[in-house]
Amino acid sequence: MAMISMTVNGKTHSAEAEGRTLLVEFLREKLHLTGTHVGCDTSQCGACTVHVNGQNVKACTMFAAEADGAEVTTIEGMANGDGSLNVMQQAFQDHHGLQCGFCTPGMVMSATKLLEENPKPSEQEIRDYLQGNICRCTGYHNIIKAILAASGQDMPAVAAE
Amino acid sequence: MYDFELTRPGTLDEALAALRAEDAQPLSGGQTLIPTLKQRLAMPSVLVSLTGIEELRGITREDGALRIGGGTTHGQIARETADSFPGLSHLAGKIGDPAVRNRGTIGGSLANNDPSACYPAAMMATGGTVITNNREIAADDYFQGMFTTALEEDEIVTGVRIPVPQSSNYQKFEQPASRFPLVGVFVARFDGRVGVGVTGASEGGVFRWREAEEALGSDFTPEALKDMSHPADGMISDLHGTAEYRAHLIAVMTRRAVAAAT
Repeated sequence: MAMISMTVNGKTHSAEAEGRTLLVEFLREKLHLTGTHVGCDTSQCGACTVHVNGQNVKACTMFAAEADGAEVTTIEGMANGDGSLNVMQQAFQDHHGLQCGFCTPGMVMSATKLLEENPKPSEQEIRDYLQGNICRCTGYHNIIKAILAASGQDMPAVAAE
Repeated sequence: MYDFELTRPGTLDEALAALRAEDAQPLSGGQTLIPTLKQRLAMPSVLVSLTGIEELRGITREDGALRIGGGTTHGQIARETADSFPGLSHLAGKIGDPAVRNRGTIGGSLANNDPSACYPAAMMATGGTVITNNREIAADDYFQGMFTTALEEDEIVTGVRIPVPQSSNYQKFEQPASRFPLVGVFVARFDGRVGVGVTGASEGGVFRWREAEEALGSDFTPEALKDMSHPADGMISDLHGTAEYRAHLIAVMTRRAVAAAT
């Protein structure tokens, strides 16, 4: 066991962890931040997506020890200061960008990163960027709409795929 | 996962010292190794993380080639070679997905030598060099079959040198579930020679399609390959495609890559 410290959503946390402890396990089981989900546990589905030092990563495929000293942002850190939903979260609610909601934390984390890199993405660019985030409910239709809306763009009729 | 000790050295020398422990194994981005560990297909006693080693990261230009540190991620390569080597940038930018590209590294990919990995095709087509802590190995000598390389015990990929072609293109026919190439072809055109590297197709791992290289050397057009097909002998047959199908794809992807690179 080793002591691991990281800044999560602006607050410093320390806890003991084994070498094999995954970042997602550290967040959920040591820090009790259970908004980050474990879907497939094989780095396919993206439900565990968080930001580490400003980059989106799959927290199920990174060891906690490798985030020692890092700045981590999880879905719990996304709301506005007053606790209200931020622009992306609100857009997911407004456009029904979720049904069961299991993939949503990862979707929001990935979509947020996309708009940082590309503030006005096309529908195709959104679909490409979300290749690593799988949703089994929505058919992606309303997720795409939500992200277009959050980027301040008009929403043409988005064809279901 | 079996339990192991994880160490994070800050320098290459410390990493090499740590790797001398019995059953120690290097860990780069972990996008293949961590799933492997989860399946209990590997049981290292010590994992030596290379991700904290600054000297293994970064891209520099040297004399007609790019020198890329082994710990450089696919995402960084995609972003930073967009102007200097668009063919490589495009290849790196289509590996996995954005989150995977922020962790996975070129050194880790080359050390693993998955028969469907993308970089080996570019390394073979360009005549690249794998640089380790001990020596430099030409791509032709480095790749020795599926998951097999010239790397010896305690030898790690510290970087690569990839000659920058006049023009190049990578075409990957994706297996839609894994997004690994069912067949991927990298075509690189230099002054006086053309390289064609094929990944995903062969039971022997990545290879150069020398017949196509020769034809394209004198006539760099898709038409130069019009009557050429690759034999199905030795190609992979599995539930995703037969050997004949993969052989067919090699010619199709090569023609597309030439058309895109012209």
